[in-house]
Amino acid sequence: MRNRMYLEIASISENESFARVAVGAFISQLNPTMDELMEVKTVVSEVVTNSIIHGYNEEPNHTIEISCQLYDGEFDLIITDYGKGIEDIEMAREPMYTSKPELERSGMGFTIIENFMDSVEIESSVGKGTSIHMTKMLSSKKTKVVHE
Amino acid sequence: MGLSYSFTVKENVLVVRLAGELDHHEAENLRETWKEKLYTQPIKHVLLNMEAVTFMDSSGLGVILGRYKEVLQLGGEFVVCSVSPMIGKIFEMSGLFKIIRQEENELKALMTLGVAS
Repeated sequence: MRNRMYLEIASISENESFARVAVGAFISQLNPTMDELMEVKTVVSEVVTNSIIHGYNEEPNHTIEISCQLYDGEFDLIITDYGKGIEDIEMAREPMYTSKPELERSGMGFTIIENFMDSVEIESSVGKGTSIHMTKMLSSKKTKVVHE
Repeated sequence: MGLSYSFTVKENVLVVRLAGELDHHEAENLRETWKEKLYTQPIKHVLLNMEAVTFMDSSGLGVILGRYKEVLQLGGEFVVCSVSPMIGKIFEMSGLFKIIRQEENELKALMTLGVAS
């Protein structure tokens, strides 16, 4: 099955739950397991939250783009912002690292994203924004492969 | 769906029960309320009951870690109970279970904190 979905949201925290529920509903057509559904929802929440807090410094009138594709059980997710960008991507990926300790951030966002997705690519340029491209094979396809 | 919470004091234990979804949007209000409850009563330990939490991300971890540090300052212990397998995975990944003790349910957890039922 091939399908795609594109969503553009304002950078406000109310949209964190909307974004994860919308993406969850979109992938549900592939009958993912409950764990896979929760993993994807958690990842969407992490990336959108990063864009709001770090990309846009919690300014409400910016745009976050979420693009989803399904292709034969592979789920492709790209989340883009046009915010301040990440200066040091390697450091941002370190567990427990946060650029905003004063906000009580745990620094575990990227660790969770990398654990829950099969691949994660970060493209970012300072002053221009960040785009995160992630893929995950969903089990409806994995099961099919086993039977083939 | 949002997050709802209740705070109950049993002897010197603050019992925090959360229900719903704990994300960045909900984290700030929870943090403010939790801090107020912690410092306006004679509290030593905190028991966090996660039974009705249906979603949590790293913003939730941040709030929990922040309160954990405050409880250490008070000389008490932070215990978490009724953690779902999915949220357990996130706790595990972040190393939270290495510093915060986990109990199966509220009753058991309260007993270990010296609260008679």
